[in-house]
Amino acid sequence: MGYKAALKVWRGDAGSGSLVDYEVEVNEGEVVLDVLHRLQATQASDLALRWNCKAGKCGSCSMEINGRPRLGCMTRMSVFAEDEVLTITPMRTFPVIRDLVTDVSFNYAKAREVPSFTPDPAIKPGEFRMQQEDVNRSQEFRKCIECYLCQNTCHAIRDHEENETAFAGPRFLMRVAELEMHPCDEADRREIAQEDFGLGLCNITKCCTEVCPEHIKITDNALIPLKERVVGRKYDPLVWLGSKISRRPEKAGTPAVPGKR
Amino acid sequence: MVMSSTEIERLSYDVVVIGAGGSGLRAAIEARARGKKTAIISKSLFGKAHTVMAEGGAAAAMGNVNPNDNWQVHFRDTIRGGKFLNNPRMAELHAKEAPDRVWELEAWGALFDRTPDGKISQRNFGGHEYPRLAHVGDRTGLEMIRTLQQRVVALQQADSYEFGDPEAMIRVYAETTITRLVKDPSGRIAGAFGYIRDTGRFVLFEAPTVILATGGIGRTFKVTSNSWEYSGDGHALALLAGASLLNMEFVQFHPTGMVWPLSVAGLLVTESVRGDGGVLRNTEGKRFMFNYVPDVFRAQYAETEEEADRWYTDQANNRRPPELLPRDEVARSINSEIKAGRGTEHGGVFLDVSSRLPAEEILRKLPSMYHQFKELAGVDITKEPMEIGPTCHYVMGGVEVDPDTAASSVPGLFAAGEVSGGMHGSNRLGGNSLSDLLVFGKRAGDGAADYLEGLAARPSVSSADLDAAMAEALAPLQRGEGENPYTVHHELQQTMHDLVGLIRRESEVKAALGELEKFKERAANVAVPGGRAYNPGWHVALDLRNMLLVAECVALAALERQESRGGHTREDYPEMSAEWRKVNLIETLTGDTVSLTRKPVPVMRPDLLGLFDKSELKKYMTAEELTGLPSTDASAAASASEEGH
Repeated sequence: MGYKAALKVWRGDAGSGSLVDYEVEVNEGEVVLDVLHRLQATQASDLALRWNCKAGKCGSCSMEINGRPRLGCMTRMSVFAEDEVLTITPMRTFPVIRDLVTDVSFNYAKAREVPSFTPDPAIKPGEFRMQQEDVNRSQEFRKCIECYLCQNTCHAIRDHEENETAFAGPRFLMRVAELEMHPCDEADRREIAQEDFGLGLCNITKCCTEVCPEHIKITDNALIPLKERVVGRKYDPLVWLGSKISRRPEKAGTPAVPGKR
Repeated sequence: MVMSSTEIERLSYDVVVIGAGGSGLRAAIEARARGKKTAIISKSLFGKAHTVMAEGGAAAAMGNVNPNDNWQVHFRDTIRGGKFLNNPRMAELHAKEAPDRVWELEAWGALFDRTPDGKISQRNFGGHEYPRLAHVGDRTGLEMIRTLQQRVVALQQADSYEFGDPEAMIRVYAETTITRLVKDPSGRIAGAFGYIRDTGRFVLFEAPTVILATGGIGRTFKVTSNSWEYSGDGHALALLAGASLLNMEFVQFHPTGMVWPLSVAGLLVTESVRGDGGVLRNTEGKRFMFNYVPDVFRAQYAETEEEADRWYTDQANNRRPPELLPRDEVARSINSEIKAGRGTEHGGVFLDVSSRLPAEEILRKLPSMYHQFKELAGVDITKEPMEIGPTCHYVMGGVEVDPDTAASSVPGLFAAGEVSGGMHGSNRLGGNSLSDLLVFGKRAGDGAADYLEGLAARPSVSSADLDAAMAEALAPLQRGEGENPYTVHHELQQTMHDLVGLIRRESEVKAALGELEKFKERAANVAVPGGRAYNPGWHVALDLRNMLLVAECVALAALERQESRGGHTREDYPEMSAEWRKVNLIETLTGDTVSLTRKPVPVMRPDLLGLFDKSELKKYMTAEELTGLPSTDASAAASASEEGH
């Protein structure tokens, strides 16, 4: 049943670091996070890693396991061969704080740029009426546990730091889509999706969908429909006419972007 | 390492909220709405709080699914669930205000599941007479935390326009832990001292008010549904600051935690599985809960499988299935079945929804349970039963507070949510936690704002207190040699699990108290290698103080209360006692010594008492308490409109 797994764990901080070899006992049914906890409790009490729920619900224990972005708590050891060496590294896109812990403040900054839910002010709490079929789409996106694995994976920022200002990343483009599809949100978010959150930088390679531990179809259900809406707006004859006769394009409903505009 | 208090970062706030879960965020939103400069201290990243683990829903008598529901029925269910030990005023405020708090979330962007007429859908849950839980599949807590998180962001966006700085009035300090509350010489709260995880630097929040919203104590036990954050920080900080704890013996073991594989033992399996039709069976295939309906609940629960099954579609003419008894009853029943040899090889029983609902309905209603079992246990819950057993889930006991303002006995110190006590009596009903967080989170924010408005001058912090707090925090790093804190923690969990768990005996609880003394000595001598920057060993060493204090309070109160009620079962005193029902146990700390006193349970107002039949009250109360009480028709009273309130 039990065996010793060979692990290479990245240890270090912003300055420097390297992979360190460990041998850790593994028991039946365990996940990578269990093994890292055992390592912490028995050999490396100062091994920095994030975790909370250990149930795939909080999105804290994001890491890269053999180069693949995953949650430590949802990756069973049984998916690896017993003699396979596991290489465990921090998420590559974000700056390292220590060991497996990265500085994910980029995501919180982006979250603050997305204009908030904007309902009709005349609707009082308790008076909202929405049909289940109309909330299904946004509910799928609200399953997001903010593990930021999609943000970590998306090559538009993973390999291009220069895009970090222009591109909000899949998680926050999906947030824009969620509000755009919310049956009671009144704002028109199509222009800012393109201009402020860099929807155009997404070239639908679906890497975000592939790593999503909640199995949200980020590309198919959020980003592509959002792109279609943006295009629909651009070719709207009224918007086109407005821009041709040198008046400001129809901006009604386009919200300001906090910190950007 | 020589340090002085000048190396502490000092920050000034009106309100410091410790904890960024449901109650903390709701409190902070209210404090900010009242114009107070507010800091939110989060032990983890923002949005990761334990509230995300809540699955079933938020109980609120909106009457969207069954129009007969109202606050009186919710109040009555809550008191029944708590076995009449609840603070009646808290249960009343909770039942009355929960609908507004839930509707408010919707106005902030929450997307609950809907009824056919477009309202918020409500589901059945243990102990609730009507479908009452506003929910989003089985991830309601995540929806709630995200909505509150996004509300904080919305307030920050508004502040960024008004003040040019999104953090001018409300700021989140993520990955920050408070180790001590500090007071001024007159005994009022003056601030909170702690460290920020990434670098380990110390920080002092100077503030006249602190709201504790730190959640529970589950990490003190071995098998728990709780995360690492649940180390009883708020309970311990309150004790150390001179506040009192109430009824710490009442610890809820949720009936359905995973039991296999071992690595996920304790992980929560939502009560919605039963609310939506799932049943409990032993290894003989028998629905055993019919054998365990206690007398006090006999009238409300079905006696046959046929009646129980009819209830899901016709609640007016049938009684509820016994699988939906309050959690304490179900947990004890499962325990008895396992002890009688009718449990699985992994020490659980079966929870089956696969034979009860079509696969697509299971996937729609219980998506995260499907996901959890599929990925962690390799079990497909649409095809086979789950193996489950009791897991430490929630502490009913907590900081003794004023029901209306959430104020503790220490001026300037407030508490809301799981860290507070009284609301749930001896046992919490499922769904009453998320609503509790919202109702009393808001009240704590208001309570702190009111206190501030009556305050003549800001209190000041003494440098001696700061030096002491800093020395305490640095000690484990400075001891060259010492025990590994993880070892002490694991053994503490085992001891509490073995000796002060679901079923308690005098000899074992006494033995636990003896063990705790040894743990205290060991904890005082733990040493951790490494520095202050993001060093988990150091954090465990500091959390040990809190877990040990809380464990001692639980054990002392468990020894004192010689009866079985709700989340406290004494094998040597198996009956519920009407005399003990009148008693609250209060614990305080003097020096290193926890002392325990008895205090009367607040008396229920006659109009609230009138919601119950006298025949039901007889099961709980002494003859003396019942004299002069008119015989009432409780169902008529409960369905009456809100006259007089």
